[in-house]
Amino acid sequence: MQDGASAFDLIVGGDPVLYAIIALSLMVSVCATLLAAATGLPLGALLALVRFPGRAAVTIVLNAFMGLPPVVVGLAMYLLLSRSGPLGFLGLLFTPHAMILAQAVLVMPIIAALTRQTVEDLWVEYRDEMTAMGIGPAGRVAALLWDARFSLMTTLLAGFGRAAAEVGTVMIVGGNIDGFTRTMTTAIALETSKGDLPLAIGLGIVLITLIIAVNAAAAAARRLGELHAG
Amino acid sequence: MPPRLLRGDSANFMPDEIMRAPRSELPITIEDVSVQSGSVTILESVSLMLAPGAPTVLIGPNGSGKSSLLRLAMGLLSPTAGRVMWGGRTSSGGDRRAIVFQRPVMLRRSVAANIAFALRGRRAQQRDRAGRVAALLDLVGLAALAARPARRLSGGEQQRVALARALARDPEILFLDEPTANLDPAATKAVEDIIVQVASAGVKIVLATHDLGEARRLAGEIVFMVRGRVHERTPAKSFFAGPATEEAQAFLKGDLVI
Repeated sequence: MQDGASAFDLIVGGDPVLYAIIALSLMVSVCATLLAAATGLPLGALLALVRFPGRAAVTIVLNAFMGLPPVVVGLAMYLLLSRSGPLGFLGLLFTPHAMILAQAVLVMPIIAALTRQTVEDLWVEYRDEMTAMGIGPAGRVAALLWDARFSLMTTLLAGFGRAAAEVGTVMIVGGNIDGFTRTMTTAIALETSKGDLPLAIGLGIVLITLIIAVNAAAAAARRLGELHAG
Repeated sequence: MPPRLLRGDSANFMPDEIMRAPRSELPITIEDVSVQSGSVTILESVSLMLAPGAPTVLIGPNGSGKSSLLRLAMGLLSPTAGRVMWGGRTSSGGDRRAIVFQRPVMLRRSVAANIAFALRGRRAQQRDRAGRVAALLDLVGLAALAARPARRLSGGEQQRVALARALARDPEILFLDEPTANLDPAATKAVEDIIVQVASAGVKIVLATHDLGEARRLAGEIVFMVRGRVHERTPAKSFFAGPATEEAQAFLKGDLVI
């Protein structure tokens, strides 16, 4: 009870440590989601529209990768980014950039797989009209992504939720360095193990509140958009 | 000649649009075409030529192959046997054909944006689009609903949006698949008035229907189909005065033709 009250004080009192962690976490998760969306949305749309040998296998692998274990992604990214790894020359390990990249790898299959399903369903509806209108492949991808934008908002939220709640990957490639790569999830894990429950509880409350707020805002935007666009 | 009223303000024409002489899609020649889907015969040994002129109306019972024949002539369906030629060419990639489906699908955007999208498919210049969208909206009588979400319109209004989208392709030939099915008389009249206007502007109309009243009102010639075959092709007046085949006589009498 006392820990809860202390946690509340940290939040209301504007504790700089707590808010620095929140800011870094948001920056990493938002950037990772945007990066994953930039690759996952077109990839999912192309998979929905283009027929090629091995497409079914790619789809199965993509669906399976939605459940990628974060620590395995963290390990793979660590091996890639470590000084002796193929991307070691970039010097990204234990930086927020590495955390963004790792989370993007984790989130991209979720966005691509859900986009593929959404776009494929819409394509079944639109196929005859777009073919008759003579719309080319690039135009089809762009139009389908645009017209599915409200459904895809939920997809992006699923990706953001996965990134924001993730701990294993950022712990491995970020190193949980105080004031530099410490995120809400890694801080909660650390502070709990140290017994500093107020900070852990405060971060937990903020994390859950943020996720609910983002989802509520997206749901409102989706509803308004659907009313406007039909 | 394409209908001038569909072009919008002539001052907005791009020189390259004026200079380029688009290859004609007509006549469309269907030579001994059959279409199979698995063990089902959809079209059987159909031969037909669609040339400029009065509207051609395909009539026949459900499942007689009217919609498949429209799709074939549009280039959306490939023949299993025989061949289709557009203006003497076997390539189906022409862009001066357009079709309105029985249940047109509205894109999830406004009425005006639906039409603008079709113009993009026609590769119309960006600066021409607004004028052409406005002209097409006027033509189909939906200018007041330009900003409305297209999916929220009534069935008749959606058919008119679909007509405007099809006309955005500036077609030489327009295929209409039961465009007034399920519409009330007022909506039917609105759609038919547009069809008459478009036909009188020189666009070849090929329309499938099983509504004999509509066929009487619109047809210049009748193509009567049963079970994937063309049974009769005659000027509309002759057909309604005295059809040549027993199936057509039964169909006109309202008997069940299966």
